[in-house]
Amino acid sequence: MSLSLEAALECLLFVSGEPLPVEELARATGEEPLRVEEALRSLQVALVERRSGLQLLRIAGGWQLATRPEYAECVGRLLTPRSNKLSRAALETLAIIAYRQPITLPEIEAIRGVSSDGVLKTLLERRLIAEAGKKVAPGRPTLYVTTSEFLHYFGIAGLEELPPLETEPSPPSELPAESAVEGVYPRSG
Amino acid sequence: MENSALVAPPKRSPLTSAAMPPIHLAAFEGPLDLLLHLIRINEIDIYDIPIAEITRQYLQVIEAMEALDLTIAGEYLVMAATLIEIKSRMLLPQTPKEEDAVEAEEDPRAELVQRLLDYQQFRDTIATLQRWEEERRRVYFRDAAQNVEDYLLPVPQGEITPAQLHHALHQMLARAGLEEKPLTTVVPRRRLSLRLKMLEIVRKLEAVAPTAVPFESFFMLPGPLYDIVLTFLAVLELLRLGRVRVEQAEPFAPFYLYAAQEVSES
Repeated sequence: MSLSLEAALECLLFVSGEPLPVEELARATGEEPLRVEEALRSLQVALVERRSGLQLLRIAGGWQLATRPEYAECVGRLLTPRSNKLSRAALETLAIIAYRQPITLPEIEAIRGVSSDGVLKTLLERRLIAEAGKKVAPGRPTLYVTTSEFLHYFGIAGLEELPPLETEPSPPSELPAESAVEGVYPRSG
Repeated sequence: MENSALVAPPKRSPLTSAAMPPIHLAAFEGPLDLLLHLIRINEIDIYDIPIAEITRQYLQVIEAMEALDLTIAGEYLVMAATLIEIKSRMLLPQTPKEEDAVEAEEDPRAELVQRLLDYQQFRDTIATLQRWEEERRRVYFRDAAQNVEDYLLPVPQGEITPAQLHHALHQMLARAGLEEKPLTTVVPRRRLSLRLKMLEIVRKLEAVAPTAVPFESFFMLPGPLYDIVLTFLAVLELLRLGRVRVEQAEPFAPFYLYAAQEVSES
């Protein structure tokens, strides 16, 4: 019996609790990344064709098996209830961070017009955002970025899937100046 | 405020504030959100805000909240001040048109409009995020933490996990009545060290080896929290070093400690 790459990938995806990048799947199977990607797509189709309860998703920079949404009620009855949905304030803050990252708390508050430290703490606790060093600015405020958990939470493969903003933001004027002094004051983290 | 009709009137239909539904600040994410709401229900062009009328409505909402004795977040008051400032600047006579090179930038509303537009574009993405969140919640993934012990920490039958030990500690604390703290407490001098406690446990076990000793018998109850924690830590440390073994016959049965067969001096 010959071993199939598709079946091997299915094994790897089955045992993994997180999205697997193509490179990692290629390493484990000893195949070329391009061949792996091809096999992943045909596995994706095969799952649909055999009317599987599972589907193969491109999510948070990798590939992962997931249940089909049609069976959500059934799975939900077996598993414990999930954490609460995010509040409007949390979603709003998350959107600002996602589009303008890396961004500091004062910059977020300037856009929202309200203090946002509480909501930022919630997002940090839920690991949807993370600290990413300090901004080269007075007070060296902490910079925040979205995490791969953020991508996973919304079921998207990458930030490029975010809808384009209606009006393009005016390019931050301080950016060139900042990179000019980067050699003198290297960013931490 | 009532003489706002004197302000250069916006070229659009008069705004009817009488039809304005009651507004609760709790429904808004902040002053910008509230302003955008007022702009929408009045069907105003965001690039040509009738500032006098919007200011009046904005203050009306704030005052209504104050009348209900609700605390108004500082941000709302800052925005009220900003609106009044813009309104008064618009009341000032226009400078002669000859020097109108930078006229567009001199609109007192410009900065506020930019902030509103900036904020609005992020607010508009919320609907997409909420839809994604909803869809994603109908999809389940394998739990990353699940079965991790299967291939990382083999646990032989009859032996117990740290979680179970932790649970046992809680039971112990509950029995000692230490979960509820008294209002005042005397902090006794700490005499025991972890090292001494470990030694004490090993001696006790070796004295009776190969007989097992119940886990609970190592605790003096009721006793100081410090001793209980120290004893627990000592057991954990001895387990880590392989000096003792812990066994449990079946779930919920008492734990027993044994001295490990090979005793090496550390």
